[in-house]
Amino acid sequence: MSSWLDYTINGLIVGNVYALVAVGLALIFGVSRLINFAQGSIYLVGAYIGWVAVVQLHTPLPLTIIVVAVAAALVGLIIERFGLRPLQNSVRIAPLLATIGISFVLDQLVMLTFSPNPRALPSQLPDVRFQVGGGTIGPLDLLIAGVGLTSALLLFVFLRYSKLGWAVRAASQDRDAAMQMGVDVNRVNQAVFGIAAALGGVSGLLVGMYYNQIDTAMSLQATLKGVVAEVVGGAGNVPGAVIGSLLLGLVESYGVAVFGTSYRNLFAFLLLVVVLVLRPNGLFASARQAPPEPLTGTFIAPSRPVRIPRWALLAATAVFAVLPFFPVSFYVLQTLINAWLLGMLALSLTLVAGTIGQVSLGHAALLAIGAYTSALLSLTLNVPVGLAIIGGGLMSAALGTALISPSFRLRGHYVSIATLAIGEIVSLVILNWESVTRGPIGISGIPPLSLFGYELISPNSIYGFSFVVMVVLALLQGRLLSSHLGRSFRAIRDDDIAARAYGLSLNRYKSLAFIFGGFAAGVSGGIAAHLYSYINHETFNTQQSILALTVVILGGLGNVVGAIVGAVALVGLPEVFRIAAEYRILIYGIVLLLLVRFRPQGLLGTI
Amino acid sequence: MAEHAPMLTLRGLTRRFGGLTAVDAIDLDLAKGGLVSIIGPNGAGKTTLFNLVTGLDRPDAGTVHFEGQDITGLPPERLAAGGIARTFQLGRVFGNLSVMDNVLIGAHTRLRAVKPAVPVIGPLLELGLALLRPASVRDEEERLREEVKAILARFGERLLPRIDQPAYSLSYANRRRVEIARALALKPRLLLLDEPTAGMNPTETTEMQGLVAELKAEGLTILLIEHKLEMVMRLSDRVIVMDEGRKIAEGPGEQVRGDPKVIEAYLGHGLSGSGEQESAA
Repeated sequence: MSSWLDYTINGLIVGNVYALVAVGLALIFGVSRLINFAQGSIYLVGAYIGWVAVVQLHTPLPLTIIVVAVAAALVGLIIERFGLRPLQNSVRIAPLLATIGISFVLDQLVMLTFSPNPRALPSQLPDVRFQVGGGTIGPLDLLIAGVGLTSALLLFVFLRYSKLGWAVRAASQDRDAAMQMGVDVNRVNQAVFGIAAALGGVSGLLVGMYYNQIDTAMSLQATLKGVVAEVVGGAGNVPGAVIGSLLLGLVESYGVAVFGTSYRNLFAFLLLVVVLVLRPNGLFASARQAPPEPLTGTFIAPSRPVRIPRWALLAATAVFAVLPFFPVSFYVLQTLINAWLLGMLALSLTLVAGTIGQVSLGHAALLAIGAYTSALLSLTLNVPVGLAIIGGGLMSAALGTALISPSFRLRGHYVSIATLAIGEIVSLVILNWESVTRGPIGISGIPPLSLFGYELISPNSIYGFSFVVMVVLALLQGRLLSSHLGRSFRAIRDDDIAARAYGLSLNRYKSLAFIFGGFAAGVSGGIAAHLYSYINHETFNTQQSILALTVVILGGLGNVVGAIVGAVALVGLPEVFRIAAEYRILIYGIVLLLLVRFRPQGLLGTI
Repeated sequence: MAEHAPMLTLRGLTRRFGGLTAVDAIDLDLAKGGLVSIIGPNGAGKTTLFNLVTGLDRPDAGTVHFEGQDITGLPPERLAAGGIARTFQLGRVFGNLSVMDNVLIGAHTRLRAVKPAVPVIGPLLELGLALLRPASVRDEEERLREEVKAILARFGERLLPRIDQPAYSLSYANRRRVEIARALALKPRLLLLDEPTAGMNPTETTEMQGLVAELKAEGLTILLIEHKLEMVMRLSDRVIVMDEGRKIAEGPGEQVRGDPKVIEAYLGHGLSGSGEQESAA
C-alpha cells in the first residue's frame, strides 16, 4: 500500500508544521497560563512577510527564513509589551479577550494591506520527488522536517542550558516562586513570546510554500490546529505539544485518505473534543492533579452597574417603538433591524459569557442552527414562519446545549477553545450533510417573515417584528436574572468550587444558561434566515461570534440593557461615520482591545 | 462530654499527590453536637482533609461516613444538599454578588424550585418557576431574605449595613464573616470551619470565638481547623494534631499541648507566623 506511506509522510510533515505553532502556544501557556489566540495571526504575518521576501525582494531561502523569523519575533514582542503586559494585574478574562482582539486586528491589517485574494508563494526549492520505500518525498518535505527538528533541538538547548531558559522553566513551574527568587518575569515573557512568534512565523512561511498558496483565512485555522495539538499534548507541555501535533497531522491525513478532503478539519475538532472530554489535561498529563488553588481575583471586572432609571428605559423603548411612524429613511430602519438581530445574539452571549462566565467563541453556530431549522421547517414542512422561528429557537436551545455539554466541566480558556471548536464542527457538518442542509449550495427561496398569514415585507413591519421580539427576550432575561437562577449563575461564574460546595450543580445551571441563551440566538438566526431568503454554511461565521463578544463587552458583561446598547452602538456608529465595510472588523478589534485595557467593565458595567 | 451518635466517621482516609501523601490514613470520630479541632503546621494536610470530607477531592483510600451513611467520593453538591457546609481557608466569597446574594446562595439547597432531581424535567421546571414566579416562590424568597438578615445580625453591625454591597468591596475579615453566614444559611448539620479567624485582629478573633461557642451551644456539630491555640483549647471537645499528613496526637486540648511529638512537629518545622502566639485573654 504505497499510498498509506504517502499519507503517513504527509501527516508527519503537516504535523511538523503544527508543532511549530503548538510549541509556541505551549511555551506561552506554561509561563502565563494563557492560550494565545493571536498565534495564528503571527503565522499569517509570517507567511505574508515570506511572500514579500520571496516574490518582491527575491531573497534566497536561508535569508527568507531568517527574515521571517526575526520579523515575526518582533511582532510577538510588540504583542507582549503593548497588548498583554499592561493586563498583568487585570481580571482573568482580560488577557484572553486581548489576544482575540489582537488576532482580529492583525488579520485585518494583513487583509487590508494584501487584499483577501489568495497569493502564490513559490517554494524556492527544486520540484523533484525521491522514491522512499513505496512513497515519495520532496525537498520541501525534508526542509520542513529539518526546520522542525532544528527548532526542537535549539529550543531544547535553550531551555536546558541557557540561564534565560532556566528562568522560563522555573516560571512555568511556579511563577510566584520564580519571581521571589529574582526571576524577571517580564523578561521571561518577552523571551517566550519572541520564540513563539518566530516559530509561528516560520511555520506560516513553510505552509505557504507547501501548498504554494497563502490567504488570510489561514490565521484562524492555524490557531485552531495549534490549540488542538497543544491541548491534545497537555497545555503547557512542550514535548507533549510536538507529539500532539504529529498525532493531529496523522489523524487528519488518514481521515482525508478515508473520507475525503472536506472532512479534514472535522477530524481535528473531533479529536479536540474527545481529548477535552476524556482527558482535559492532555494525553500526557499525570493522572489526577491537585485541586486548583483558590482564585483570588475575579473573573470579570468588578464594577457597580450603571443604574438606569425605569422611566428612561421606558422612554427609550417608546421612542424606538414609534420610530417607524415618523418619516425615517429605509436605511435607518435597515440599520436598526440589524442592530435588533445582533442585540438578540448579544443577549444570548451576555448571559452565557457574562452571567455564567462561559466565554463562547462559537456563538454564531447557534444562529446557524436556528436559521437552518427555521428555514427547513418552513420550506420542507410548510410550517408557518412564526412557528418555524420558535422551532429554530428551541432547536438551538436543545442542540446547542447538547453539543456544548461535554465541555461543562472545563474552565476558563478551555471553554473558549471548546466552543470555538464546536462552532467549527457545526459549520463543517452543515457543509457536509448535504441530504439535509444542501451542503455548499445553501438554502435559497426561504419564505419571507409572516405572522398569522400576513406577510411582513415592508421595512416598518419587519422593524416592528424584530424590535418586539428583542424586547420580549430582554424582559424575559431580566426576569431570569432577578430570580434565584440569576444569582446561581453569577455564583458559578465567580467561584465554581464554592458554588459546588453549596449545592449548585454546574451541569444543571450551565445547561439552563445555554438553553435560555440558545433560544434567543436561535430566534435571531431564524429571523435572519427569513429576512435574507438565502443562507449557507458561511452566513454565520466566526466574525459574527467575535462581533457579538465585542458588543457584550462594550455593554458590560451580563448586562441586558448593555447588550442592546452595545449592539446599537457597534452597528450604528460605523453607519453614522460611513466607515467602509472592510475597515469595520478592524475597528471592532481595536474597540475590543481598548475596552479590555481601559474599561473592562464596559459602558454600563458588569452585573 | 458524653458521646452521642456519631455524626462524622473517617477511617483510613488517604490522599496522595504524586509522591507526596497529603493525608495519610486518618481516623476521626465526631459525635453529634461535638466540636473537634484539627491543628498542625502549614502543609500538614488539614485543608486536603476538609476537601476529602466535602467531596471537592476524592480519597485514594479510606471511607467517610456521615450520620451512618457512606458518603465517600460523593460530589460536593450532593453533600451540601445532605447538610454539610464548609468555609474556605483563603476565603471564597462570590466577589460580584452582594452580601445578601452570597448568603442566599447558602440557602440554595433548601429552595423548593431546585428539589426535583428528575433529569431534564427538573431543571426545566426550575427555569419555568424562575420566570413565572408564582406566589409560593415569591413568598419563599421573601422568607429567606428575612432569614438572611437574622443570620447577618449575629455579626452585629459588621455586615448588616453592607448587605447590598458587592462582596469584593468588603474587608478581609468581613469576607470571612460572609462565608460563615453563607454556611449557616444552609442550615447545616455538620459545619466545617477552615481557619475562621485567619487574618483577624485580637478583638475580631474574640468575636469569632464567641460566635463559634454560640453555634456549639446551639447543638451544631463542628469540625474546626484553627491555628490560634487558645481558641482551640477553649472550644474543642477533642484536638487532633496532624503533621505531614499523619495524625500524630489526639485527645483533650491540654493533653495534646504537652505531647512531645506535637512540640517537635511545631518546632521542627519552625513556627508558622501568627499561629502559635498565645495572647492571654
